[in-house]
Amino acid sequence: MTLFNRHSIGERLLIHLVLIAGGLLMLVPFFWLVSSSLKAPHEIYTFPPQWIPDPVHWENYTEVFAVVPVLGYAMNTLIVTILGTAGIVLSSSLAAYSFARLRFKGRDWIFGAILATIMLPFAVTMIPTYILFSRLGWIGTFLPLIVPDWFGAPITIFLLRQFFRTIPMELEDAARIDGASRPRIFWSVILPLARPALTVVTVLAVLQHWNDFLGPLIYLKKREMYTLALGLNALQYFEGGLDWTHYVMVMATIMIVPVIIIYFLAQRALVEGIVLTGLKG
Amino acid sequence: MSSVALPTTKSQQKNRQRFYERLSFEETFWGWVFALPALLGLLLFKLGPVIASLMLSFTKYDIISAPQWTGWSNYSKLVTDDLWLTSVQVTLRYVGLFVPSALITAYAIALIMSRDVKGIYYYRTIWYLPSIVPAVASATIWRWGLNPEFGPINYPLKVLGLPAPRWLTDPDWIVPSIVFISLWGLGNTVLIFLASIKGVPSTFYEAAEVDGAGLWTRFRHITLPLTSSIIFYQLIVNIIGSFQVFGVAYVLFVRNSSASSAGPDNAALFYVLYMYRNAFSYFRNGYASAMAWMLFVVIMLLTALLFYSQRHWVYYETEGAG
Repeated sequence: MTLFNRHSIGERLLIHLVLIAGGLLMLVPFFWLVSSSLKAPHEIYTFPPQWIPDPVHWENYTEVFAVVPVLGYAMNTLIVTILGTAGIVLSSSLAAYSFARLRFKGRDWIFGAILATIMLPFAVTMIPTYILFSRLGWIGTFLPLIVPDWFGAPITIFLLRQFFRTIPMELEDAARIDGASRPRIFWSVILPLARPALTVVTVLAVLQHWNDFLGPLIYLKKREMYTLALGLNALQYFEGGLDWTHYVMVMATIMIVPVIIIYFLAQRALVEGIVLTGLKG
Repeated sequence: MSSVALPTTKSQQKNRQRFYERLSFEETFWGWVFALPALLGLLLFKLGPVIASLMLSFTKYDIISAPQWTGWSNYSKLVTDDLWLTSVQVTLRYVGLFVPSALITAYAIALIMSRDVKGIYYYRTIWYLPSIVPAVASATIWRWGLNPEFGPINYPLKVLGLPAPRWLTDPDWIVPSIVFISLWGLGNTVLIFLASIKGVPSTFYEAAEVDGAGLWTRFRHITLPLTSSIIFYQLIVNIIGSFQVFGVAYVLFVRNSSASSAGPDNAALFYVLYMYRNAFSYFRNGYASAMAWMLFVVIMLLTALLFYSQRHWVYYETEGAG
């Protein structure tokens, strides 16, 4: 029994109608984006809007590579995403194991402090962090976008710690009786058993890096270092007198497609992760 | 291993003690080693910068020359800075509009989705999709989507003969437009509310049913209280987040990093946008740090106030009574 227990046919119909209408509202922008990406610029500015492009300008998707270094941007984004994600997952799982399983003085204080920083506004740490990296001479490199990730991410630590605590202690004890060291236990017992949780945090970290805008905006200077997010933003304001709206749409589509693929491949993990981060209260 | 003798003699007891000491040393040692990166991260990228930004807020600092101590002058300048006041107004308008509409809409959608109807999985998938779209792409979509002449949002309004707002060019509509764009990505909050609503044990409803409680009573006295801790947490997270709107506003209204305005009449001059400009375009790092700390203090006070208020309206199951 739930809050609602009886559904008349009329009610059911109403629920479906609301959900379908809302769902359309959610999907229309995607449809419109892809549709615009297959039009010539002047066809985007028509009223009433032309929903299905006619003719379909497939060539937009090849021409865009000649106009914008999309592949370079994608490579840069991939580098940051892969190295950043690896850092977050590895450093956070080490810390999470320590906070979940190893008993030492001050542990709960450290964990509490890390947890509290989830609430810390990024605006407060942004400027000193920039100054730190500029002193190190790292402005204009990928390092500021990657290195901090190798020092743990609070939410990831929290999620993994929750999961590690559910792994039966006996498994770890058995490994210790066999003479396994802590690093060995971590690597060969805990990590393999934590695969579902690791998938969740990996997906979240990949999306976070792929979508990041503020970080690259602050730290990357040269165009050949741009990520997709920066490249897309720069393309909108191309001031050459030509209309590149259709290329903007193509590039936005190119940036979104991998995200959607990840979404469908890892939907369960993603949903679980979101719910877990939100239920901690 | 059949005969593990209990330690009887003094030397045996000492051995046992040493064994446990070594064991706990080993645990402590690896505990610190494993936590070390995260601990360093806490100090280097969180606590350190927080303190540094507080210190900077009392200085004038352009990174190239050494910081100069200026006392409270950054803070007193802030209060008389018209642009700062504008950014505060814009941001407060946004927070005031976004937070309630986001929480109420998300809760309503979650309630609808919590009903056992067919195909809920597909609905959930679709509703959640927009919230994974990168901010830059979302801004790109809506820049054209909200175009008053050609956009697909104004199209039905025009067809129906309704007033079609000039979303992103009319100063009065800019904040509502950004609220609208953010609401598109509401899926996160919906999912969280949905999980919490579905997590309410059915026994509560069964008991209420026996007592003859109607739908409204069940909602008001079971669902709402049992999900209030999640509502509370989402309220705080959303407030903190919406005070710091940046990406969408930047993409939509900042032509290049040296641009001096954000939207017509600076109607899109969000707090963090103005702060970003002070730090990275004007190199006024002290001033921007003072801005950051003002924001930080306001957010902390608000959070504290909410935490204080929660005992009046937030229910935690550990309190007992079921």
